[in-house]
Amino acid sequence: MTAHVEISLDVNGERVDAHVLPRLNLADFLREHLQLTGTHVGCEHGVCGACTVRVNGDIVRSCLMLAVQADNASVETIEGLSDSGEIADLQAAFRDRNALQCGFCTPGMLMAAQDLLRQCPAPDREQIREHLSGNYCRCTGYQAIIDAVETTARARVGTKP
Amino acid sequence: MKASAFSYARATSVVNALELLAVHGDDAKVLSGGQSLMPAMNLRLISPELIVDIGGIAELKGIAVRDDVLTIGALTRHVDLQRSPEIATHAPLLTEAIAHVAHPAIRNKGTIGGSLAHADPASELPACMVALDATIVIRGQSGERRVPARDFFTGIYETALSPDELLTAVELPVARKNSAHFFCEFARRHGDYAIVGAAVQAIVEGDRFADLRLVFFAVGDRPVLAGAASKLINVAVTPEILSDASAALEEELDPPEDQQATPSMRRHLAKVLLSRCVATLLGRPGLAAGVSA
Repeated sequence: MTAHVEISLDVNGERVDAHVLPRLNLADFLREHLQLTGTHVGCEHGVCGACTVRVNGDIVRSCLMLAVQADNASVETIEGLSDSGEIADLQAAFRDRNALQCGFCTPGMLMAAQDLLRQCPAPDREQIREHLSGNYCRCTGYQAIIDAVETTARARVGTKP
Repeated sequence: MKASAFSYARATSVVNALELLAVHGDDAKVLSGGQSLMPAMNLRLISPELIVDIGGIAELKGIAVRDDVLTIGALTRHVDLQRSPEIATHAPLLTEAIAHVAHPAIRNKGTIGGSLAHADPASELPACMVALDATIVIRGQSGERRVPARDFFTGIYETALSPDELLTAVELPVARKNSAHFFCEFARRHGDYAIVGAAVQAIVEGDRFADLRLVFFAVGDRPVLAGAASKLINVAVTPEILSDASAALEEELDPPEDQQATPSMRRHLAKVLLSRCVATLLGRPGLAAGVSA
């Protein structure tokens, strides 16, 4: 009844072929099958945002997506964005602004923040808040995260904070 | 938690999906965007034996306008609605409401068909469908049927859909001349389910409402089309008339109690939304003065 399903997908630019059970979600597939543990698993029902990854260019909750649904998809995780240097400035701004403490939410925050900056290069603080509204942080109180995203946005469009 | 074990079938067409549902009935669940189904499965609120994944069925996707009818395919994602110029032109209530549906990462996966079939009474889209007088298009093995949105929602997570049927599309009348809309909700966090919300479609002629479809959500087991609106149609609205309508609204609502709010708090917030709605649509801010949330 619950047979393994063959899937083939692209993860951070590398082809991956696997046999997975239908019940396996994408977050667990990335963490346990591919050892990409930067994607975190928090609430497992779509509320906390710690498992945010990109699928075909759009951010999604990897705990609310089955690995079998990612067949033929292109998946990018925090490891991919980090290694490519795409978010090096955003990561530096998070460090400089103390926008993380325990770091559990940080991969998801970075994915969501970069998604905003790709769509809207010069967001105001309200737009930043709204775009990150699906990502919980229990350490920082959010202000420092908003600061870091705002600083990065301004630096990228070449205006001083 | 993790979802319990299930079998998985990727439907290749609507006909194929209906065949699978006919065989497995109640034991099967339809997977669209998964943004309501997956949480329920991960929390083990439901444990279907078979998941029928309709995500790849091309005929269920897309937005089209023909003969004053806006048709939205069931697999149209929230983000597609949000960005659609057709929706912005012909059903701007939806464009405004969709920004309140969860968060960007969820809007990138969640679909209109999934949201309507799930029928959470605190969610935005069912209320919008009732306000817009939408028709829900349903396919079964014996053919297609159309159900008005106001009859489609029958209870908490309950709809007119049978286990062997598929919601394939919704049809909306395009916005008429003098159409106006209003959407507002109170939620703990932007994107959370509403404590109380209102989705409203109106026709405003001069200084009065020629039509007013006031739909409240998170105040009952389904979207509530408020009868109190009748007191505001085809009259010059005065503070007294608004106050009468507000009292009638309070009378007709029977909101639930949960960890977010008491029934009396929900009634109060619904009245606040009514005042704001009327003041906004008639362009008379004074009507909402003295009412605060």
